[in-house]
Amino acid sequence: MSGIHTRRDFLRTSTAAGGGLLLAGTLGGQVLLAQTTPAGAPTAGAATESLSPLVFVKIEPNGAIRIYSARAEIGQGIKTSSAMTVAEEMDADWSRVTVEQSPVDNTIYGAQTVGGSRSTPASWDALRRCGAAARAMLITAAARVWQVNENECTTERSVVTHWPSRRTLSYGELAVRAAAVPVPDATRLPLKNSRDYKLIGTRVANVDNRKIVTGEPQYGMDVQLPGMRYAALARAPRRGATVQSANIDTVKRMPGVSDVFIVTDAAADANELLPSVAVIANSTWNAFRARDALQIQWDETRAAGDSWSSYEKQARELSQREGAQVVRQSGDVAGAFSSAARTLEGFYSYPFLSHAPLEPQNTTAWFRDGMLEMWCPVQMVDRARPAIAKLMGLSLEKVVVHLPRIGGGFGRRLSWDYMVEAAVLSKRVQGPVKLVWSREDDIRFDYYRPGGFHALKGALDAKGRLTAWQDHFITFSADGKTPVGVGVIDTADFPIPVLENTRLTQSLLPLATRTGAFRAPRSNGLAFPIQCFLHEMSAAAGRDHVEFLLDLFGAPRPIVAGNANSTHAGRAAAVIRLAAQKAGWGRKLAPGRGMGMAFYYSHSGHVAEVVDVSVSKDKKLTVHRVVVAADIGLIVNRLGFEQQAQGAVMDGLSIALGQRITMERGAVEQSNFGDYPLMRISAAPKVEAYSVDSDSPPTGFGEPALPPLAPALCNAIFAATGERVRTLPLSLSGYHA
Amino acid sequence: MLRLKVNGTERVIDTELDASTPLLWVLRDELGLRGTKFGCGGGFCGACTVHINGEPARACQLRAVDLAGVDITTIEGLAAQGGTLHPLQQAWIDHDVPQCGYCQAGQLMSAAALLKKKTKPSDADIDSAMAGNLCRCGTYQRIRAAIHAAASKMGGKRS
Ligand code: FES
Ligand code: FES
Repeated sequence: MSGIHTRRDFLRTSTAAGGGLLLAGTLGGQVLLAQTTPAGAPTAGAATESLSPLVFVKIEPNGAIRIYSARAEIGQGIKTSSAMTVAEEMDADWSRVTVEQSPVDNTIYGAQTVGGSRSTPASWDALRRCGAAARAMLITAAARVWQVNENECTTERSVVTHWPSRRTLSYGELAVRAAAVPVPDATRLPLKNSRDYKLIGTRVANVDNRKIVTGEPQYGMDVQLPGMRYAALARAPRRGATVQSANIDTVKRMPGVSDVFIVTDAAADANELLPSVAVIANSTWNAFRARDALQIQWDETRAAGDSWSSYEKQARELSQREGAQVVRQSGDVAGAFSSAARTLEGFYSYPFLSHAPLEPQNTTAWFRDGMLEMWCPVQMVDRARPAIAKLMGLSLEKVVVHLPRIGGGFGRRLSWDYMVEAAVLSKRVQGPVKLVWSREDDIRFDYYRPGGFHALKGALDAKGRLTAWQDHFITFSADGKTPVGVGVIDTADFPIPVLENTRLTQSLLPLATRTGAFRAPRSNGLAFPIQCFLHEMSAAAGRDHVEFLLDLFGAPRPIVAGNANSTHAGRAAAVIRLAAQKAGWGRKLAPGRGMGMAFYYSHSGHVAEVVDVSVSKDKKLTVHRVVVAADIGLIVNRLGFEQQAQGAVMDGLSIALGQRITMERGAVEQSNFGDYPLMRISAAPKVEAYSVDSDSPPTGFGEPALPPLAPALCNAIFAATGERVRTLPLSLSGYHA
Repeated sequence: MLRLKVNGTERVIDTELDASTPLLWVLRDELGLRGTKFGCGGGFCGACTVHINGEPARACQLRAVDLAGVDITTIEGLAAQGGTLHPLQQAWIDHDVPQCGYCQAGQLMSAAALLKKKTKPSDADIDSAMAGNLCRCGTYQRIRAAIHAAASKMGGKRS
């Protein structure tokens, strides 16, 4: 099976007798990542992880260097940037480096989950130490050969040089000897100063490009094993419905079908294993065909009644008064409103969203000899594997998980429901079985980004300054008491902490539909109402929006006193200024054309965006240009930075323009890209990405560029037309691309 | 039994296939040519794009049984025999087009079909030829640049 190596292959290669340096020591150091939402609910990748930094570096006597990347690759570029980080400290010749996905084993590799833009910051120290340790071992080996002092040796591009004598030895020549050097305590090794970086900060292409452009099988969907069966599930369309009966015997007789059965497992979480009927067949198509031939009677007595149209109606009614739960109250809001020169109100709403990564969910599972081997595109592998072990009653080491390259994540693969399904199937199917979701399955049975409603009120004084802010947030709840994990308001969000008089209240609508983290959880929803309403305020005050924002931020400082992780006013101002300058903010534009600006801080990244749009009479939008200005600390791979900016803008445009998931009677109404549209190349604007130079440690950029896009676009539409759109997607207001 | 001509080679599929089986699943499950991707199965995304007698087509929308005797080219057959990459594949690497990479086989096949027809495509040509290929990661800007670069490298030749 080319492209996807098995654990056995890996162990063989890494213990191969051919000599060479195999770095396999725990390099020490504990990094604590605690990030919780205001409501205390964990968000994507925000668990408290203790990182045991250890990465394998293998140097062959011929000079080839293999670096293992431990984290899942979902298109965010971690496989390339993590290897760059190791290679930088090692002074490896990048042209001789190949990168492979490591096996899944937290005891060796530490955290392997990807989400929350945390992979880069969480692995940064460990990866650098790993590279530094390898370099130190190579120097030690060289110094021993030459019988010289180690500190007379330097390294560059995979060569150790003894300066006084000008002798050199290549890493390949040293590999076998270096392998015999004890692994040093890497926490004591000096790390490079960022000024001396040769690789970090440059433009390095994706290490898997050649495999991708030649169509080499490397995704979970591509797994093929001898004797493998294919599975498809018919899941209950309505949340809460269960299987009553099905024409199982008829479908069993269809060609290629080997088994049809009602899926049950008493130990499985009902939210992860949806009531369903499984079909096992000899090809994907036969499995799909048989699945479509199923006639299932669903018992709907306990089915949910989730209804978007009803939620909208209820939210409108609720917006007329305050929410029952007070989330934050500061100052004298009533006083500020009664003494205001001007007050404004706006009711904003955004819909549920599906992640729709281009590779539909899938997992291949093989249960044999008391062990379960799985190939799965999953982001949250660190939690999924123990959960599967528990479900199957196996010890952790009996569950072997392989991480293929993953065709997009966007948060969908932080859930592992498809692994639960495949594990349950594997108990019944002899031999390996590949569960394949159709696109319709993917869109109908997601963990959706919840929609939300905001009844906003703001007050301006006679000088046009914002003096009070009020938000009644209408969100969703699964238990009737607290909002769903990602449907929470953030009291640290600008401008709340910089204002004296604020009042945030909340109402909960009952929800049975599954929800989950979506690229830039919370922020992807909240940025739109907040940043648009700020623009409403600046426009009402007759002030330039950039000037209004800079004034509101004020002096450089973390805006939540004592919280260094809160938005930094100085870094925010810098990206706002940079975006404005690059976009030519304030320039006179043709009628029907406008620029909009929005700022948002999420996942440790400060990002400002300017959208330049023309709007035709029939509401056709032409986005000419999007300027992204970001401060995400030091940038490891500049190409990766640009990719994430472009990708987030395209994602943001898809969301703003036409995407929405609606449900009626507990069933999702959309099913494929026909009714859940993605932006096409013809509508793709030019995206320019700029960064504020920074020596701060790097943070991930998979997420922070998404939230500002929708508000920047809507602010631009207002500038172009005078129409204020408060409901997403824009297609509901007649706009199209 | 079904005979298909794929990437210049005659391939025999002797498993019993239902007449409705799309080419996509014959390529992937029966022939092991897994470069052609399944993204939607509904003709929306273009991840499954192949060439049928040189024309771009969606393998999820074609019945395999109808394709006896026609020339089918998949992403595995885009590079020259011997492995020299097609100029588009090289441009894709040079411009670092892929993100997750899942859509890119389909993107490349559509782009290759375009360059057969138009050796110097305009932005509008690219828009219309590539409109059926979705990229969830948003790599369009680089796709456009890479197509232009490959076209100028090919200097007017139809590969
Ligand atoms: S898989 Fe064929 S068009 Fe999407
Ligand atoms: S690169 Fe991920 S879908 Fe295009």
